Formats: sequence, C-alpha cells, structure tokens
Amino acid sequence: MKKATIQLESLACPSCVLKIENAMKSLKGVDKESVKVLFNSSKAKFDFDEEEVSLKEAEDAITALGYEVKKAQAKDK
Amino acid sequence: MQRFILSKKNQITLIGGILIIIGFASELIYKNEIIALWSLAIASVLGLAPIAIQAYQALKVKVVSIEVLVTIAVVGAFLIRNLEESAIVTFLFLFGAYLEQRTLNKTRSAIKELTEMAPESALKLMENGEFEEVEVDEVDVGDVLLVKTGAKIPVDGTVLTGEGYINEASITGESLPLSKEKGLGVYAGTILENGTLQIVAERVGEDTTFGKIIELVEEAQDSKSEAERFINKFSKYYTPAVLVLAIVVWLFSRDIELAITILVLGCPGALVIGVPVSNVAGIGNGAQHGVLLKGSEVIHDFSRVDTMVFDKTGTLTIGNPKVADKRMYGGNTDEVLAYLVSVEKESDHPLAKAVIEYIGETKTYIVEKTDVVKGGGIVAYVEGHRVAVGNVALMEEEQVHLNEQAHEDIKKLEANGNSLVLTSVDGELKVLMGIRDRVRPGVKEDLQKLKKLGVKNLVVLSGDNQGTVDLVASELGLTEAHGHMLPENKAAYVEDLIAKGQVVAFIGDGVNDSPSLAIAQIGIAMGSGTDVAIETSDVVLMNSDFSRLPHALGLTKATANNMRQNIFIAVGVVLFLLASVFFSEWMNMSIGMLVHEGSILVVILNGMRLLRYKLKY
Repeated sequence: MKKATIQLESLACPSCVLKIENAMKSLKGVDKESVKVLFNSSKAKFDFDEEEVSLKEAEDAITALGYEVKKAQAKDK
Repeated sequence: MQRFILSKKNQITLIGGILIIIGFASELIYKNEIIALWSLAIASVLGLAPIAIQAYQALKVKVVSIEVLVTIAVVGAFLIRNLEESAIVTFLFLFGAYLEQRTLNKTRSAIKELTEMAPESALKLMENGEFEEVEVDEVDVGDVLLVKTGAKIPVDGTVLTGEGYINEASITGESLPLSKEKGLGVYAGTILENGTLQIVAERVGEDTTFGKIIELVEEAQDSKSEAERFINKFSKYYTPAVLVLAIVVWLFSRDIELAITILVLGCPGALVIGVPVSNVAGIGNGAQHGVLLKGSEVIHDFSRVDTMVFDKTGTLTIGNPKVADKRMYGGNTDEVLAYLVSVEKESDHPLAKAVIEYIGETKTYIVEKTDVVKGGGIVAYVEGHRVAVGNVALMEEEQVHLNEQAHEDIKKLEANGNSLVLTSVDGELKVLMGIRDRVRPGVKEDLQKLKKLGVKNLVVLSGDNQGTVDLVASELGLTEAHGHMLPENKAAYVEDLIAKGQVVAFIGDGVNDSPSLAIAQIGIAMGSGTDVAIETSDVVLMNSDFSRLPHALGLTKATANNMRQNIFIAVGVVLFLLASVFFSEWMNMSIGMLVHEGSILVVILNGMRLLRYKLKY
C-alpha cells in the first residue's frame, strides 16, 4: 500500500470536495476508507494499492473532472 | 473540450457580462430587439457551458450539486424564452464563483504563508564529494547537507561543522537569532541569517518539527465539527430536496417560471461555506500568533471553557527551583551532605537538581538499593546507612522522629512558600532544605486576561506542600489551590470537575501530567520539547509561551461566534428567499441569484475579520 498526496488547484466549492472524493473512491485499488479531500488546503490524500492502480490514473481521474493537479507524490506506508 | 471550457471560465464570465450589457443597451436604448435577443441568448449558452459541464460531472459521481440546480433552472428559463433571466443568472453564478475564489484565497492566506515557509531544496553531499542542489524530498536521514547564509535549514539535524546565527521564529516564535555551532540541533524551516553550516540530517520531510506543525495546521483547517458534519449531511439531501420541491410545485401549479425560481433560490450556497471559512480564518490567525488550534472541535470546546486547571512547577513557575533555606540537625555535616548529594544524583526531579546545585563540589559515594517512593522521595543505602530524602510524608513513613524545633522550622519554611526536602540518616532527621521557585514573569497579567475573557475558576494543582501552593495562588490571584497531588490525583480531580458539568482546560507539562491532559476537554502541554507538546496538546502554544494563552482563548471565542453568525446569515437568507417567492411579487431568479451570491460574499468577508483578530486588553 502507498499513501498518495495530491496538491490541487485551490478548491472553491465544497461540492468539488464531494466530487473528487467520490471519484477517488470509485477507482479500483484505492482504499475507500482512507480517501480524504481537504477543502482549505486543496489536497487529496488516500492510500492505494500500486498493483491495481497507479498514481497517474488517479491524477487523470481528477483532471478529467476539470481540476488541475499541481503536484502528486506517493510514499510507502 | 470540457477542460478547455472550464479553464476559460473567467474569460467566459467577462464575455457574458459584456454581452448582457450589449443586450440590454440595444433593447432599451436602440430598441433593437434582434440584437438584444441574440446577445442574451449567446451569453446564456456560453455561460451555461462551464456550469453544465460541472453539473454533469457531479451527477456522474452521484452528487446533486448546486450546478445541477442552476443548469436545470437556466435551461428552463431558456425554453420559456426568458433570456434576460437565463443570461443574468449564469453570469451572476460565474462571477460569484470568481469572487468567492478570490476572497477564499484571502482567508487561506495566513496558513499558506506558513506552509510556504517549508524548505524546498537542499545542498546535498554527493558520492563524488561535491554538494549538489536536490529537492528536499530526496534528502534521507544521515545525509550531509550544506546550508549557506540566507538559506532555510532543510531538515532537522545536528551541526557537523561551521557556525552561524539562526532565526528560529518559524518553530518557536522567537525571532532573536541563536548562535549554532558543532553538535547543536537545528530545525527545518528556520533561517540561517549568518554563517555557513554543514549539518547531518536526522529527521526529514513530514517527520521534522516544522513538517508536523504544517500537517497539524493543514488537517486542523479542514477538520469538521459536529455542526459542520450535520450541515454537510443536510446539504447532501437538501439539494435533491429542492429539486423535488421544484418538480412538485411545477406539477401542481403548471408554472415553470415559479418552479425554476425555486431551484435558484434554494441553492445552499452560504450554508456550506460559512463554517469552513470561519474555521480556516481563525486557525490562520492562531498560526500567525504562535497558537496552533487542532481543528474546529477544539475551537468549539475551548471557547466554552469555564475552568482552567494549571500545574504549578514549570507552568505557572519558571521550573528552575533554588535552595533558599537550610537547617542542619546533629553533627557530621559534610558527611551527611555527601550522602545527600550521592542519593540525589540518582534522581532527575527538579528539586534534586536544585539540591545538587546548591551543595556544589563534594565527595560522592556508591548508592545501593535505590527505591523511588512515588510522591515522597527516595530511599537508598549509602555506606551501609539507610538514607531517606523527601517530603514530610516520607519521613513519617520512615518513622523519623521530628522534634519541636524541626516542626517549627517546617512550619515557617512552608509558610514562606518553600518546597521542603528532608534528609534522614538511619531514621534520624539531619537536614531540612527549603526550595523556592519563581513565578513566570507576566503570568499574573495573563491570568487576569483569562478571567476577563470569562474563565470563572482558575485552579492550581501541585505535588508540592499546601503552603507553597497557597502562596503561589494568592500571589497570582487564583481561585483554588490544592497541594500534595500525585498525577493520578490531579486526573481524578479534573474528572470530578467535568462530572460537575464544567468545561475544563488543563495546562501542564506533557510528561507527568499526560493523564490529566487526556481527560480534560482541552489539554495544553507546556514544555520545551516541542514534539511532545505538539502531540499531546489540543492547543499548541509555540515555544510553550504562556502569554499566548489569552490570545488563544479570545480567538476561539471570536471564531465560534463568527461561525454562529455565518450559519445565522446563511439560514436566514434561504428562509427569506423562499418566503418571498411565495409571498411577494418582486422576487425572480436574477434577484434570488444576486442575493445568494451576495450572502456568500458576506459570510466570507465576515470570516476574514478573524484574520485581524487581536485581544483587546
């Protein structure tokens, strides 16, 4: 399992948080319990299994929603 | 295509605004209906595009967002050929979102300033013996780094070579530069003002003290209070409910105009943003004043505190006690003092340090069978003699006879506010020492401020004798003072207060008092070890600075108030709008959207006031 931290463009609407959260949860290999989108610091944090999903795929899912990804990193847990 | 439209949102808003002006101008001034119609139609479609895309994306992940309501309303208005409404509503919605983003960034600025102080690069010693600039993420524990004048220290570590002056304000709040040389610790995020250092990395990234502070603040600003969780749950069902309401109204009244107006008026705008805005601004203000608040639950609890319980030594007092008085009983003075020092060296109690410091150079002996009596002192064997060092209770336990003279001395020293250390050798009292600790400068004024802020009970609990504690209490104007308290007694006392319905904050050192810190609704750890303080406290005072406590309390009160005001504004606006659509003639979609966007800006601006909050006294 790896722990991802994705820095997004600054989020303005609380419903964006819900959207991104649901989008991350719908990815296979992402631990649903761990998904946390921080509204004020505009960050998405979650744990994922790198054999099932890559950080790149998660980034793409967010950009597909129309939010810019500024920085993404994953660390071993 | 979708992404392109979304990224050009600001330009679309601008064009929409211009088109609306052209539309109205040609209709009212030039009476040219065709141009008016077309420009408003284009403004509507153009402005709707980004909103509709976001609505579609939200629906895809099963969220009925505000955009969904607005999209349906605008499409409805368009279909019934009310182009003025559709154009103005889309424009106001987009323009409102733009202003929202701008002002929101302001409320977040305080915390952003903090996180931007995080170091980004480091000069790392490579295998070829040269220093090379790398990203701070690439530094591992054990790497040797070079720091030049003006640069940020990239990690927590120890100075290997060189010397310099470091400004540690980002960690401690103290801006006076500190001299650092070989062997001394340096902290990530602090600034080398002068000199050149080579340091070895000990903790990197999120493990550094600065990393922990940032993580704490970032998590705190997004933590949700009970009330906020309720609002979020509420709005999850609220937006679909508005949709249903609009459909029902349409079914019964067959009035599309009314139905789509309800869609716009029902938007929960200010409600969902009001509380987070107060939260982030309050926490941001704290971060700039050396007060870290661990989330909105803490803000809520701390603002309601009516009882503050303090540990004495190291919290109210400086924690560096000195021997002020000494009485000897019986002869063989040097030998007894040497025994005393030998035993005290086994202890790291602050009073033991004071005793050793006071006696100074002396012979020492090997100490055997050391037994630490909790809340009493130490019993050990030196040169075959049983030596007991501790308080009066320990002497009684050891069945040491205290003669009249000793009793009188004890009374006198206690009344003067001394902590007592008695020494017996083979059951006979030999030495009595009175040790005193000074109260921290400024504590008295700070406590007064806390009282003015509405704290009713200021209590001091201490393991010291009652005389000492009473003296401190009367000197500082505390309401209650209890001595002879072991850590578990303190915790039980706090539990008792809570059971009586009081909201208790406990302020003490993070090691001995951890049970009380955990039990109290708000625990605040003092102590120079910033790590312990950060982990155990609900409210972290940077550099354990007592004088920040009144600001912390005042700030949480102001923030909690601010949240209530915002909830009130938001709920009031929605109720007002919904009422006026049914009971008044003048309400329409555009005015509704205008009031909505206005209320969102009002709650954000209201939240921003917290950034400038300052204690009045």
